[in-house]
Amino acid sequence: MIFGYPLLSVAIWLPIVFGLLVLATGNDRNAPLARIIALVGAVLGLLVTLPLYTGFDRMTSAMQFVEMKEWIRHFNIHYHLGVDGISMLFILLNSFFTLIVVIAGWQVIEKRVAQYMAAFLVMSGLINGVFASLDAMLFYVFWEAMLIPMFLIIGVWGGPNRVYAALKFFLYTLLGSLLMLVAFLYLYLHSGGSFSILDYHQLPIPMDAQILIFIAFFFAFAVKVPMFPVHTWLPDAHVEAPTGGSVVLAAIMLKVGAYGFIRFSMPIAPDASHELAGVMIALSLIAVVYIGLVALTQADMKKLIAYSSISHMGFVTLGFFIFNAYGMEGALLQMISHGFVAGALFLCIGVMYDRVHSRQIVDYGGVVNTMPIFAAFFMLFAMANSGLPGTSGFVGEFMVIMGAVKVNFWYGFAAASTLVFGAAYTLWMYKRVVFGAVANDHVKHLHDIGAREILVMSVLAISVLVMGLYPLPLSEIMHASVNDLLVHLARSKI
Amino acid sequence: MNYISTLFPVYAEIFMLIMLSVILVLDVVIPGKTRSMTYLLVQVTLLGCSLITVATHEFGVAHLFNNMFVDDLMSDVLKLLTYLSVSMMLVYSRSYLITRGLFTGEFLSLVLLSTLGMMVMISASNFVTLYMGLEILALSLYAMVALQRDSATATESAMKYFILGAMASGFLLYGMSMIYGATGSLDIQTISNVIAHGTPNVSLLVFGLAFLVAGLAFKLGAVPFHMWVPDVYHGAPTAMSMFIGSAPKLAAFAFVMRILVETLQPMMIHWAGMLMVLAVLSMAVGNITAIAQTNMKRMFAYSTIAHMGFMLIGVLSGSIEGYGAAMFYAVVYVLMSLGGFAMIMLLSREGFEADNINDFKGLNQRSPWLAFMMMLLMFSMAGVPPTVGFYAKFSVLNAAVQAGHIPLVVMAVLFSLIGAFYYLRIVKLMYFDAPESHEKIYVQPDSALLISINGLAVLALGILPGALMSVCAVAVQQSLLLH
Repeated sequence: MIFGYPLLSVAIWLPIVFGLLVLATGNDRNAPLARIIALVGAVLGLLVTLPLYTGFDRMTSAMQFVEMKEWIRHFNIHYHLGVDGISMLFILLNSFFTLIVVIAGWQVIEKRVAQYMAAFLVMSGLINGVFASLDAMLFYVFWEAMLIPMFLIIGVWGGPNRVYAALKFFLYTLLGSLLMLVAFLYLYLHSGGSFSILDYHQLPIPMDAQILIFIAFFFAFAVKVPMFPVHTWLPDAHVEAPTGGSVVLAAIMLKVGAYGFIRFSMPIAPDASHELAGVMIALSLIAVVYIGLVALTQADMKKLIAYSSISHMGFVTLGFFIFNAYGMEGALLQMISHGFVAGALFLCIGVMYDRVHSRQIVDYGGVVNTMPIFAAFFMLFAMANSGLPGTSGFVGEFMVIMGAVKVNFWYGFAAASTLVFGAAYTLWMYKRVVFGAVANDHVKHLHDIGAREILVMSVLAISVLVMGLYPLPLSEIMHASVNDLLVHLARSKI
Repeated sequence: MNYISTLFPVYAEIFMLIMLSVILVLDVVIPGKTRSMTYLLVQVTLLGCSLITVATHEFGVAHLFNNMFVDDLMSDVLKLLTYLSVSMMLVYSRSYLITRGLFTGEFLSLVLLSTLGMMVMISASNFVTLYMGLEILALSLYAMVALQRDSATATESAMKYFILGAMASGFLLYGMSMIYGATGSLDIQTISNVIAHGTPNVSLLVFGLAFLVAGLAFKLGAVPFHMWVPDVYHGAPTAMSMFIGSAPKLAAFAFVMRILVETLQPMMIHWAGMLMVLAVLSMAVGNITAIAQTNMKRMFAYSTIAHMGFMLIGVLSGSIEGYGAAMFYAVVYVLMSLGGFAMIMLLSREGFEADNINDFKGLNQRSPWLAFMMMLLMFSMAGVPPTVGFYAKFSVLNAAVQAGHIPLVVMAVLFSLIGAFYYLRIVKLMYFDAPESHEKIYVQPDSALLISINGLAVLALGILPGALMSVCAVAVQQSLLLH
């Protein structure tokens, strides 16, 4: 406890309480009130997480801000919270994006405003819980619970095919989670009755069991990342979700899967991770190259960015499974950067969709003529998405490529191809949408973004640039934890 | 006087029987169409029974009537939960039954009589007592289903229920007689001693066991003895379906415990295999068939089958941990089932049953609060945290993993994934679709309050499940270890 209150508990429960308050405002007659309460909740939610950054001890890899209480005595389950240099940044990222989403949905969402805002606030608290949990069951509860608001967000406020997308999203992720639950039960038995994640890290496990555990975790986390063969839910979910939903999906939810790999799969089953690293690297590279090519052919902007997300997340898993500091830190930076960039791109598409009600590239053209300010912001984010040096997208990708080359030149070579493909699909889309002559009447009657949108975009733009030019404040936080993790991974646990 | 004071463990049953007779007579002379007075008396009786059960509780195990009757912590806990669920069922179904002219003195007496049957079953310590309790319960239920005389479907399902139920009872009796032939006793403790230390005829025992398990599977509605469940749930008035689908499952759990665990524990190697087949088939058929249903009551029937399969996994784990988990599962199931059926009744009106899944379309627009409650119940049935349904599944799976049944656990997990689909479909209908009718939903204040408590309990017990879990674990532990 620092500053006199349990920081992590507040970070989890404050947004949830505000979410329930928003819900209590009832129907759309009280929509303005619902929006204001949601904004207050999101702002406070971000403010209470800031001490996590300022009070963070950068020298240690141990868990900080730890809270521990008995929860379910019968199963020795604890309400055990804590963050290290890896998880803390994602709590900040999540709280930040909740605020962005609340502002972005301010006028756009007109029906069932209270429920919409409440779903995002509750989800924000639950996701903070996922990143802060140090007890496997607590983690599992948050992990599953966060599906419910997302399911509703896609299903209620989504596009025409929303029902299919929502069900697919839920069932895909549930399948993975349930297998993870079996793995937890095995570990509980094997560890003599403990659900503590930190105990699991130290627990010796025979090789065959490690492989099975790794596979069970793989299903849970690979679906969320998503990795190559289990990625098909993401384009559907992204396309159908409302803008806010897409932003949170891209910026936060995908990161939860990658986070699972470094918090669970790798430290709990390090030998299996080494054993299966080849497969993981292969799947990652397929995601980077093949999905990059798939993105090139998309006609729907949201789908294009969705595939681009899968391709970028391939970098993250590649960075993890090459087992060196460049790869690991690069992957983590890539996760945070992708959160900002993909989130921003979905917001940009949302801005256009709100005005034209189409996501098809062919329905646009010459947007720069009518929306110059918007086009400038969009340009910056498109550049960041293609990994231009000076933007946040470059740092992580470059580090992962360096790390990969150290292991095997061809890994690095294949990964580096994204610099070409990524630039190709992003900039080609940008060209078709923004440049050229004004394509049709819709584009002709566009009006540029207003103060509210400029505010959101500028905050994101500044973040992307700062991270690209000066990533040290982020990397120094994760440094101790990453080094400790690599040392841990180098030891056999058989 | 002295003899009467030794009867105190059975005071609750005696009180129930007296009140039942009094209500039966009084109801004839009390005027009024809504039977408020009788209803009140029934609720008072249930409350009185709870108080007596709590007051007569003492640490340890008391046997009575030559070992025919047992009073232990498990029986006390199960009886209290039975009173509670019967009482909840009455609150939920009152206005539904009044509109349909079924809220009669006969119905209320039958409810009490079946409750008495459940109490006897729960406390039975001899095959004769067990069978007696079961028949008191079953005969009352047959009559309750048939109460809607002018409905062809209700009569048909009562007939089905009766014939198949009678057959199951026959199976049970046949099995019991074979066990009697092999061990020379009907007393649970004596049988268990003879099997453990004597030299009974094993093939006769196993033969008897097979019949017993078949009879139990009938009563629980486990596949392949499940065919009556969807027909009866569908055909009976919703209130009766709710009753069949709630409290009797607690009694059935006690029945399984008394027969398989307390009597035939040494035969576990045989019955665990049989239960495994039943469990896997029930989960498979229940979950997959439920997807195809368009009638809510039929869907709940298949969901019950799947849930019973899941509960059996806890029993077949063969550990105290597993029995405790199975009991927890049964209790949680009853809570969810009450809520689910209640929702169908709350949406129904005169001449409209609201039992088609499309009747739930757009409920969020018609009544956000009811939709929210139903969503909690559905996620709980699907086993998604933070609802209590998750912990029920979790504790059962945990026991099965401890018993080394990993493939079974993986199968259970995959089937519950399939199951999640049709629960999600209800959420989808309520939240994503537009309503078919905009008729105002009018809910009696007592039902509205209760459904809110019920729904929130599913959430609250999901956030803090520890207490209920411990109660179940301790109850099972004490009953088995102190014998």
